[in-house]
Amino acid sequence: MSFMPDFALAAPEIWVAAMICIVLVADLFVPGKNSATSYYLTLLTLAVAAWLTIDAQWGAEAMTFSDMYIADSLGVVLKVAIYGLAALAFVYSRDSLIRNKLMMGEFFVLGLFAVLGMMVLSSANSLLTIYVGLEMFSLAMYALVAFNRNSGTSAEAALKYFVLGALSSGILLYGMSMVYGGTGSLDLGEIAAVAAADGDNILLLFGLAFLIVGVAFKFGAVPFHMWIPDVYQGAPTPVTLYLGTAPKVASVALFMRLIGDGLGAFADQWQTMLIVLVILSLAVGNIAALVQTNFKRLLAYSTVSHVGFILLGLMAGTEEGYAAGLFYAVTYGITAAGAFAMVMLLQRDGHEIGDISDLRGLFQRHGWSALVLLLLMFSMTGIPGTVGFYAKLLVIQAAVNVGHIWLAALAIVFSVIGGFYYLKVLKVAFFDKPEGELEMVAPGGYRAVLAGNGLAVLLLGLFPQALIAVCMAALA
Amino acid sequence: MQLIIFYVFAAVLLFAGAMVVSSRNPVHAAMFLVLAFFNGAALWLLAEAEFLGVALVLVYVGAVMVLFLFVVMMLDINVSSMRQGFARYLPIGIAVAAVMVLEMILVLGSDQINVVAATAGGETAVGSNIRAIGSVLYTVYLYPFELAAMILLLAIIAAILLTHRRRGGTKHQDPTAQAKVRAEDRVRLVQMQAVQRRQPSNNEAGAKE
Repeated sequence: MSFMPDFALAAPEIWVAAMICIVLVADLFVPGKNSATSYYLTLLTLAVAAWLTIDAQWGAEAMTFSDMYIADSLGVVLKVAIYGLAALAFVYSRDSLIRNKLMMGEFFVLGLFAVLGMMVLSSANSLLTIYVGLEMFSLAMYALVAFNRNSGTSAEAALKYFVLGALSSGILLYGMSMVYGGTGSLDLGEIAAVAAADGDNILLLFGLAFLIVGVAFKFGAVPFHMWIPDVYQGAPTPVTLYLGTAPKVASVALFMRLIGDGLGAFADQWQTMLIVLVILSLAVGNIAALVQTNFKRLLAYSTVSHVGFILLGLMAGTEEGYAAGLFYAVTYGITAAGAFAMVMLLQRDGHEIGDISDLRGLFQRHGWSALVLLLLMFSMTGIPGTVGFYAKLLVIQAAVNVGHIWLAALAIVFSVIGGFYYLKVLKVAFFDKPEGELEMVAPGGYRAVLAGNGLAVLLLGLFPQALIAVCMAALA
Repeated sequence: MQLIIFYVFAAVLLFAGAMVVSSRNPVHAAMFLVLAFFNGAALWLLAEAEFLGVALVLVYVGAVMVLFLFVVMMLDINVSSMRQGFARYLPIGIAVAAVMVLEMILVLGSDQINVVAATAGGETAVGSNIRAIGSVLYTVYLYPFELAAMILLLAIIAAILLTHRRRGGTKHQDPTAQAKVRAEDRVRLVQMQAVQRRQPSNNEAGAKE
């Protein structure tokens, strides 16, 4: 057996790891205002990484590093989605960071570390790699949430996130140790083989329960969602934007690799667990969001309900279901990025948008941004013409095709309930009397990106076939 | 012979462990913990798990306990207040200890979990287990190993980012400036008239008065 791994296959990871070091050093020595060098280098890193990923791994089915790293189409779609959402988050972050005097090059270094962690997760083919990737991404996120050192709420959010995140990692690791004990292997392929041969291995089932808990924690599914509202509200908004988008795709990656690939043979057992998570997430997310007055907190609870939908797709356990879950996570990331960007776009009386009522009179003051908000909220509700509609349609279709009609009906009922609070935001923005001072503080480039983001939600809603086809091809 | 050595080290280990929880001085407790680690390492050596023994001494005695002692010395912990309620918590403590002992017996006595235990410690195909770990660490486990290195780098950056503040009024050296300095920067040559003895004029005399 040759020990020389095929380094070229893992070129994207190696490139990003090298660029992290370069950005770190460049930030220290290259003079310039507001870490402009780091910012552009980071975007360049992501663009080149996307090219490397597509070039080397699309359509491939190869493993390297003693089968710990897998390169396949699924990994390509996951990674490119992660690059795109991370790049979007960085572009939106820059202006807000400068305005709040938080601009430091370390923001981009930590952001790239999180990207690297998510990439490792997307290409993992071993319990060890999954765990290492997850920890890298989580550690970077903990530090980012605490990024604003002078804010008490930010520190509180970081501490809650860290303690609960460490606990969930521990639970996940405990489950992994049982799976290792039951199969004698860290390799997901071998685990799948043992699971298929030994259908009622009690140790594996026990481990599976812990793995599901750990995955649900990372997703933020009820009843493991406690950290989401506090962290979303307390973290600096650029970090909330980042945390609310790309990591959802990474969580899908975690599920597909760990549960789908590794323990797919136990689908009957984990489907039951996921159904419970789906129902609770949909119910708690939508109903708790009804009474929120803070806009970021409302988006946090809405995230919980969207996680319910993503899990509904994954629950189906079919290729169609996985593709639907993946499509949902990617399109939700695009929509949520726009919604959080809205918070950073506006200032009422000199401070960031906090309450929903701060949006009142948005249409009269800044018509186009109100229209973008309209598109984003419509997409989150799932109104036809926006991409959210197709995401929900595919997920529900996948659930119906495996015979869970009542679950699909329940999902529709809850998304109607959810429609109420999205429309409430629009009502405030469009029909409430404008008063006080509501000004747009972000520069032109930012507005252009936001407008493009709104347009993307609309165009993907009108022509979703290409993205759906990509998601299907990734699973084929 | 091996059995006697085992019992000697085990007895010292138990004694040190008991002293960790019962000694009144926290510094003494920490030193007893060091003793316990050394004896634990010796037991691992006896079980032919040299790597674990070496790692225990290097990592725990060399790094963790030193940090621990720093913290204990810096915080100046009030021992007497920590001792309060010892009798009150004793029954709960004993109950927890009993449950743990029972669980250990169940785990060790059960044959439910057939984890491959034979390969842990002892002779391996390539000899000592340090050699065995060395032969796979940079080959089979290269990828996770390098990623762990990245995680350490990340932890360093995050820790410095979150704790380091630039304080005003600190004095620091700038080696570049020190090396670049020229004599002209430090010593100013002033052209002066040679000192002349002169008679005080009337004006100056008036000002002095």
